[in-house]
Amino acid sequence: MTREAYHKALNEVQDELQAMASMVAAAIKNSMEALKSRDIEASKLVVKNDIYVNKKRFDIEEKCIRLIATQQPMAVDLRTLAAIINVITDLERIGDHAEGIAKISLAIGDGPLVKPLIDMPVMVDKALSMLKRCMQAFMDRDAETAKKICDEDDEVDAFYDAIYNELVLLMVENPKIIKDATYLIWAAHNIERIADRVTNIAERVVYMVTGKMEEMNVSKY
Amino acid sequence: MSEKIIIKGLNFYYSNKKQALINVNIPIKEKVVTALIGPSGCGKTTFLRCLNRMHDLYPGNRYEGEIILDGENILEKGLDLIKLRSKVGMVFQKPTPFPMSIHDNIAFGLKLMGIRNRGEINGRVEKALKDSAIFEETKDRLHESALSLSGGQQQRLCIARAVAVEPEVILMDEPCSALDPVATAKIEDLMTDLKQNYTVVIVTHNMQQAARVSEYTGFFMMGEVVEFDITEKIFTAPSNKLTEDYITGRFG
Repeated sequence: MTREAYHKALNEVQDELQAMASMVAAAIKNSMEALKSRDIEASKLVVKNDIYVNKKRFDIEEKCIRLIATQQPMAVDLRTLAAIINVITDLERIGDHAEGIAKISLAIGDGPLVKPLIDMPVMVDKALSMLKRCMQAFMDRDAETAKKICDEDDEVDAFYDAIYNELVLLMVENPKIIKDATYLIWAAHNIERIADRVTNIAERVVYMVTGKMEEMNVSKY
Repeated sequence: MSEKIIIKGLNFYYSNKKQALINVNIPIKEKVVTALIGPSGCGKTTFLRCLNRMHDLYPGNRYEGEIILDGENILEKGLDLIKLRSKVGMVFQKPTPFPMSIHDNIAFGLKLMGIRNRGEINGRVEKALKDSAIFEETKDRLHESALSLSGGQQQRLCIARAVAVEPEVILMDEPCSALDPVATAKIEDLMTDLKQNYTVVIVTHNMQQAARVSEYTGFFMMGEVVEFDITEKIFTAPSNKLTEDYITGRFG
């Protein structure tokens, strides 16, 4: 009764999930680089490419539903598909946050930023690293690593606090920059939300591996 | 939910000395459906047939351990097997109607029990048919041959026949494997009704069926119970790797 075609299809869906995660990771990276370097064309490209992320999400969701309908998956297979359906929603939202950062860059226009971005790219690297390791934990069925990644959300929150406080201080000193400084707070908030979404994905990895649904880390925000 | 049957250290040997069950220890809860799954030859039917000592029909078969039904070990020598089997009824894989009328199929067991009063027999025949969700289809043809019924109807008739003698436990050995999906759905609905009054144990090759109808599931392999747990747990997050591999189709 080994079901080779079914398990092949199940593996293919997981490959596509990883491809979607790579698309989203690239969007985050590009959106921050474009914001930092004031590259309007690059920001526009991030906005444009988000439709491919959305399309990928629906493709994967359809494949999962088809497998559920035709193969009646059970146990770990069922948990894997349930996890994927949840993870693609979080990945799609992470893509929206990257798009959000790109749109902020477009809203700021081609003028200079109110301050050079120093902490924010580091914050993005941290969130990206969490995402990449979390997706690896998904492939490795590694619940322990997934749990540890959730704890790192506090570091991202700390970055957000620092950036927020710094920009508020700048606004107090110079009210003329309130508009552009607020945009940057929004950008930082988008990154903060990306890390929250990664903790959701980590929860799904834990569920897939152990069958237990647990809230891992309640974000400050 | 109390335990209707407790199986302790059950070993079973066929007359050719082959050991078909190895140290089975599971509870059968009262008034729920317990499903037994596992690959062919794993011992699930052998186990089911221990529960009303069907194996005694062939010489040389041997049981060890205890099967405690309502506090009494049914493996004790000298046990009244007729009484046991009227308490623990059985429905087989293929419908087995007797070549007689629908009414007489059901009255047969009642007469064996010594019931002679025609009024009582008729009343109990009707009740059994109703309990088995086949009364509406047969009420106008009770004196026609049971063999004229469709496969699904025949199987419900066999369930009615088992129910008529008012057993406490009903054993079902792949009761839907010879039936189409509509007839299968009717039997599955019937199981849900039956568990209001009876303890049901079902052997099935259809894992979705086990998942749909049962509260508890036991996974058998090579004569042993690999895992026994709440059905939901078995099909979403089984504890044992072998169970997981079997129900996800990675072997079997």
